[in-house]
Order: sequence, then structure tokens, then C-alpha cells
Amino acid sequence: MVNQYETVFIMTPVLSEEQMKETVSKFRDYLKSKKADIVLDDSWGMRKLAYPIQKKSTGFFHLLEFKAEGEIIKEYEVAFKRDERIMRFLTVKLDKHAVTYNEKKRRISKEKEKANA
Amino acid sequence: MAQQNSDIKYLTPIAVDTKKKKYCRFKKSKIKYIDYKDPNFLLKFVNEQGRLLPRRITGTSTKYQKKVAQAVKRARHIALMPYVGDLLK
Repeated sequence: MVNQYETVFIMTPVLSEEQMKETVSKFRDYLKSKKADIVLDDSWGMRKLAYPIQKKSTGFFHLLEFKAEGEIIKEYEVAFKRDERIMRFLTVKLDKHAVTYNEKKRRISKEKEKANA
Repeated sequence: MAQQNSDIKYLTPIAVDTKKKKYCRFKKSKIKYIDYKDPNFLLKFVNEQGRLLPRRITGTSTKYQKKVAQAVKRARHIALMPYVGDLLK
């Protein structure tokens, strides 16, 4: 059964730009190796946290949206837990309303980009 | 004359500020999905300390109150909203 999922994760601010990109690509490649279909790959950049995590008040946020088999999620989340560079993560299964909402949001942002270009 | 005027005063109903009927904003504007990644929107459903407001104050229907609660909890987990705060608004 293929579902659509969405993961938000926070990386420690001590990483350099390259290390951050490497971490992201690690998880992206993991998903690809499990035949997941990545829908959206969005970096929010450095953001302030609403409360400190591991005594840090900022972090790199990243959002991954993908279509995958439900069975791979467990192992995928274990990979997050084991990675020391990840401070927090959240994987959510998207229902049909969420999928349409995200599609609409993506369309709007695309149009904005076009307007700016 | 003065007597008559005071009589009339009581015949018309005394103007008390009439309460506006509350409504569920999700039902009204047909919002189906509440995004947990948008803390500014979710801020409308919490008080100054960051606690969820009850339905009787916001007017949200049961169905969507559940979703609001879920979204706020998710937002807290990924540090977009505080678990406890002070003077959020």
C-alpha cells in the first residue's frame, strides 16, 4: 500500500552548510534506495526554535514529502533516531485533504516564483 | 409629560449588547486540512500561555477542534510553537 508521507526534521546548528546538505542527501538517498517517490524537498534554512532543544535555540529545518510503502517508515525513522545531527523529527501520513492542500500550496508558490522571474 | 416619557422608556426593550452567534470557521470557509507547519495561524487557537482554547470560546466544531488540537501538538513537537509560553500575543 503506497501512502504519501511528510517528514520535518531539525538538524543541529553546529553543522556547516555542506554537512547540512550531506545529512539531507543521506535521507533523500535512503528513500530513493527504498523506491520511494520524492514529491517535495524543501529547506527552510536556519530557524529559531520556540524552546531550546539540546541547549540550542536554533536549527536547520528541512521538509521532505514522499510517496512510499508503509513498511519502510519504521526503519526510516530508526535512521533518524541514530543520527546525532538530527535534533528532532516528525513523520506524518498525509490524508487526502492534506495532499490536496499541499498541492495547492506548491502551485501557488510556483506561480509566485514565475511572477518574480 | 415627564411621566409619559418614563413609561415609554420601559415599553421599549432596554438595549443590552446582543451576543454574536459563534460559528466554526473551518466549516464556514470550507477548510479541510489544518497545517501544523503554520504557527501563526494556530496561534488563534491558544491562549497567551500557549494552551489550547476550549471550543466554547473559539466556536470550532468538535470535528475540527480535534484536528486543531492535533496540529498544535505537532507544531509543539517540532519547536514551531512552545509547550509553555508567556505573552505569546
